[in-house]
Amino acid sequence: MRSALSQIASLATFALVAAALALPGAVRAQELRLAMSSEPNSMDPHYHNLFSNINVSEHVFESLVKLDADSRIIPGLAESWRLVDPTTWELKLRKGVKFHDGSDLTAEDVAFSLDRPAQVPNSPGPFTLYTKQIVGKEIVDPQTIRLKTAAPYPLMLNDLTTIYIVSKKNVQGVASEDFATGKGMVGTGPFKFVAFKRGDRVELARNDAYWGGKPAWEKVTMRFIAADPTRIAALLSGDVDAIENVPTADLPKIRNNPNVSFFQKVSHRVIYFTLDQGRDQTPFVADKAGKPLDRNPFKDVRVRQAVDKAINRQAISERVMEGLSLPTANLVPAPMFGNNPALKVTPYDADGAKKLLADAGYPDGFALTIHGPNNRYVNDDQILQAVAQMLTRVGIQTKVEAMPLATFFPRANKKEFTMALVGWGAQTGEASSPLRSILATIDAEKGMGTVNYGFYSNPKMDALLAEALRTTDDGRREKLLQETVAVAVQDVGLVPIHHQFTTWATRKGFAYVPRTDERTYAWQFRPQ
Amino acid sequence: MLVFLLRRILQSIAVLLAMSLLVFVAVYAIGNPVDIMIPPDATEADRANTVRALGLDRPLWAQYALFLKGAVTGNLGRSFAFNVPAMELIFERMPATLELAIAAMLIGVLLGVPLGLWAGLKPDSLAGKSIMTISILGFSLPTFWVGLMLIMTFSVWLGWLPSSGRGPTTPLFGVPVSFLSVEGLRHLLMPAANLALFNLALIIRLTRAGTREAMLQDYVKFARAKGLPDRRVVGVHVLKNILIPIVTVIGLQFGSVIAFAIVTETVFAWPGMGKLIIDSINVLDRPVIVAYLLVIVALFILINLVVDLLYSVLDPRVRLAER
Repeated sequence: MRSALSQIASLATFALVAAALALPGAVRAQELRLAMSSEPNSMDPHYHNLFSNINVSEHVFESLVKLDADSRIIPGLAESWRLVDPTTWELKLRKGVKFHDGSDLTAEDVAFSLDRPAQVPNSPGPFTLYTKQIVGKEIVDPQTIRLKTAAPYPLMLNDLTTIYIVSKKNVQGVASEDFATGKGMVGTGPFKFVAFKRGDRVELARNDAYWGGKPAWEKVTMRFIAADPTRIAALLSGDVDAIENVPTADLPKIRNNPNVSFFQKVSHRVIYFTLDQGRDQTPFVADKAGKPLDRNPFKDVRVRQAVDKAINRQAISERVMEGLSLPTANLVPAPMFGNNPALKVTPYDADGAKKLLADAGYPDGFALTIHGPNNRYVNDDQILQAVAQMLTRVGIQTKVEAMPLATFFPRANKKEFTMALVGWGAQTGEASSPLRSILATIDAEKGMGTVNYGFYSNPKMDALLAEALRTTDDGRREKLLQETVAVAVQDVGLVPIHHQFTTWATRKGFAYVPRTDERTYAWQFRPQ
Repeated sequence: MLVFLLRRILQSIAVLLAMSLLVFVAVYAIGNPVDIMIPPDATEADRANTVRALGLDRPLWAQYALFLKGAVTGNLGRSFAFNVPAMELIFERMPATLELAIAAMLIGVLLGVPLGLWAGLKPDSLAGKSIMTISILGFSLPTFWVGLMLIMTFSVWLGWLPSSGRGPTTPLFGVPVSFLSVEGLRHLLMPAANLALFNLALIIRLTRAGTREAMLQDYVKFARAKGLPDRRVVGVHVLKNILIPIVTVIGLQFGSVIAFAIVTETVFAWPGMGKLIIDSINVLDRPVIVAYLLVIVALFILINLVVDLLYSVLDPRVRLAER
């Protein structure tokens, strides 16, 4: 219902944007009103590892290590760090950092904050993924903490970017749900918490004692407007100063509107197709008469290569995405850690694809149904349609079944599909995140291949990845990761399509520093 | 009367039970909410922990039994996503939806009845015909489209009204309401008008049809012959007699206005129950879905009861026990 509604609605906005004449008023000084596209379900920064929660938490709380706009690691509350021995990290806290209540940040607070994700009850998506590597903590002095891991763990810093440091004194004993009232909302971030109205808005006020650069806004209001046309209307009518996630259908109008500034940045998210190459028989392939095939064609690398060559990524980027995607053969975009610049986008080659299919024993192709969500990624259902047509052109007669994410992901996790469109955002800012989860051989115990929907398994890739995950030297690890990506992509372990762009639009007179991690931070907006 | 009420209550409980069972099975069939809410790189152990924490590892019948046990004591479970009691979430949003629905109903009745009367009394006049044309539009235009056009016209073009959201609230008997301030009314006007449109059209048509029929009745002729002024003939005799179908429809429609406020709330980013249920369906937050539907069904039952009671007040010939 929602997707049908939003589709028709986006047609209607087209008219709406076209009709927009002028935006009233000059920039209102000191106050920034933002419209976000998804709402948080809690104010507790350790409750749910959810994009919309993190987006708000980052304003009030800070992590020890942060990601810059390009998702490279920079110091946060920790001003420096070193490896004492291969399994011990020592972090020095920034001096003079104060919580919003005026108390000093100490290593005690840090230790408490790193323990807390494991103690939050009923979390639907815990942050423990990023804290469980830490097997011991040692407070050396109020400004220094040592973290121990069981084995060498080079991703420690990446993991620490996701854990927010709270004030032990204020948060101890506070239940997750009470954060909504402001209890425990005491961080060190550039903004202080003022109010949270569930489903409606979050209000923030500037933290004048902030240790870093001072934001331009005394007051920030984040409104949550999920409907695309409504979010745009709020911008055009001047009810808000900036919005995130501009719907692609409205892009040309937004770009040409002299009263609106537009910002974009390639996202850390890769959109790709998984191919079931593990099972001997796969559910959604058949011959053209509809009889199920007795073997799984995707076990043959030539068939996978044929699919790879049959997809015209340039056309998808230009026609479906309105130019807002970067065709890719990588898992993370440049300059993120682990991007392999040697991997070139597979050129569109329909004849080559047909030849490969014939060589593999399918001169007439076969019939296939592909699946994907229709309300999760930018233009996901349209990408599915485009790819289905491209595959049909080379002889793989393809049908599309798109569904809401609430139906898609439970089915995908049961590995019901043969070929499915999925996206992966490298939240911790480096390529091992997608490699571990979507390509490594499934191993529940080690937490490998948790969303490897295609049963991809390549011992050579697994070995390279394991070595990378043991290597603490950054230069060497990046080389290893690049090599791992190359092995998986050349073997067509999955079919990468593109990195989508994240978009923002503001009223004239505002500037924004767009981010690879898709997040919207109030202090990155500046009056011009 | 007492028998009537008792029977009604028993019927209602049966309906509520059937409904909750249906939703339980349906949501269970769609999938596991943990698959949607947990970050995809979570390990199998984390996933199992979360499933256990939310009680989803138990068989369906056990989950349902647990729900019934809680429901008897008024506890409909905690939201999976918000980790807050589901009823608390719903009651938190209810004032916004009720405010919107009542405003829409008021617009529908206060505009619809007079316009319908006018169209019924002067069916061949230009005004009568215009009213009917507008009512056809009200029936046939989709709500979300009208909503967007309203936003475009009054917010983007003219800049008279805020494009979306609810205005500042002030507590009235402990309930946060927004219609007491000018800013709140400005926010309320467009969504309420949008939600009212369908009912406005419906009430206009019903009133008009009733009026035209009543005007031909003997009692109207008699009243006329007696020399009563028009105002009294229409305002008392006609209006009283056509009210019964209108009250029924208003009652039933009030329930649907609350339930179908979803579309208007989505278009106008109105922080009501409709937005909550859409979000909850998207993440299969079963406790909230069940609690919301139970509340809506209970509201429908209550409204029907009130309508039946009103009948007997409006028309003394109707006796409750026979129904």
